[in-house]
Amino acid sequence: MTRDNMEKPLLEVQGLIKKFDRRNILDGIDAKFYKGDVVCVIGPSGSGKSTFLRCLNRLEEPTGGHIIFEGTDICDINTDIDKHRQKMGMVFQQFNLFPHMTVMDNLTCAPIKLQGKSKEAAQDKAHELLEKVGLGNRGKDFPARLSGGQQQRIAIVRALCMEPDVMLFDEPTSALDPEMVGEVLNVMKDLAEQKMTMIVVTHEMGFAKEVANRVMFLDGGKFIEENTPEEFFAHPQNERTKLFLSKVL
Amino acid sequence: MFENLQSQFILNFVDDDRWRYLVNGLLVTLKITFFAALLGLLIGFIIAMIRGAYQGTGKYRLANSICSLYLTIIRGTPVVVQLMIIYFVIFGSVRIDKSLVAILAFGINSGAYQAEIFRSGIQAIPRGQYEAGRSLGFSYKQTMLTVIMPQAIKNVVPTLLNEFIALLKETSVAGYIALEDLTKGGDIIRSRTYSAFMPLIAVALIYLLLVLLMEQGVKLIERRLHKYDKR
Repeated sequence: MTRDNMEKPLLEVQGLIKKFDRRNILDGIDAKFYKGDVVCVIGPSGSGKSTFLRCLNRLEEPTGGHIIFEGTDICDINTDIDKHRQKMGMVFQQFNLFPHMTVMDNLTCAPIKLQGKSKEAAQDKAHELLEKVGLGNRGKDFPARLSGGQQQRIAIVRALCMEPDVMLFDEPTSALDPEMVGEVLNVMKDLAEQKMTMIVVTHEMGFAKEVANRVMFLDGGKFIEENTPEEFFAHPQNERTKLFLSKVL
Repeated sequence: MFENLQSQFILNFVDDDRWRYLVNGLLVTLKITFFAALLGLLIGFIIAMIRGAYQGTGKYRLANSICSLYLTIIRGTPVVVQLMIIYFVIFGSVRIDKSLVAILAFGINSGAYQAEIFRSGIQAIPRGQYEAGRSLGFSYKQTMLTVIMPQAIKNVVPTLLNEFIALLKETSVAGYIALEDLTKGGDIIRSRTYSAFMPLIAVALIYLLLVLLMEQGVKLIERRLHKYDKR
């Protein structure tokens, strides 16, 4: 790609391997993500999409390969992964809000403890972001009082409160009731418009078509096709991609 | 019949102020139960943290092995035997306060059980909670302290309080090292008056009353803990 000459990738994956019980889930993956990229990772179930995403911030320990984030190899044992994770927001399928904390405490605990922000500054920031996702009045509630869609929007805000450089989304709408999918996708769309770098594992083809600037198709532990969404959905090249798209579209 | 009971009562509790054996015994029982529970809490918490850290990060290998050995020995032998070993063997040649020995023995014993209670409480927290904490940039330790432990402790409080109730009853074997706890107090009365019914029933009733009180406390605390869980 000519892009290499112009700028360095924000996040670069080199020869990433992940084995479970000697089975290669990820089989030597190379990928580059640039600032402002919105990349959708799609593929059949069991293809290793989630594992790939979780390797990016080492929630899953890679068996081999390198992950270069902002110029640092975060797979190196000498790197302090906790420092780098602060710059990589993550949103989970199951929201994973902390049930024993209010929404506001969920949002502010990490900025206060890890970034040394004052309580007021952290709360101001959290409140501003809550307003943006339409939940400005829910700060005092406990997560159990909220719907799935609301919880997931707050989980996104929780990650954003750390002011990350990249956001990782692990099937953020898969656990939601259908009528709540839209509200979460809208928040993600707004985020993309603000030029947040996003890597999204998803089954939402509509979102991929509309919001992503790149779609990557993962199957058998490798990216076998990668293109702009227009080209990807209109003219898939690989047979397996064609088969997959014929099933989901 | 009634007069007989009355005279029995006077003989066992009023004459020579024998009720004092029960009161003093009760105080000893409460004292060793309370401090043994605290000691057990400390030991149990530390062991659970070490074993959890070993499982989560692979660190503290040696400490983990020591903890496993401790759990095996303590849970594999009767508490009376442990009590007597500590008193007659470990402190055999030293003059030492018997209640201190009892607190040590019951605390060390209870710690093993409390460690398991903590561990199951930690394991009951979904893995996603841990991952969410780590993904924000919290270290293992910070994640345990801010995310996992507050939830785990809430889960284990009822079980832990039940362990304290069991501990209260277990301390009744303290008489084996001639410590005058509640049970021993009743037994002393029996040996003086040669009547078993009154003192032993009284001892049993006092234990029962204590247990019922503690159970009420557990219920109260449980209700308060789950106030925020309702949707």
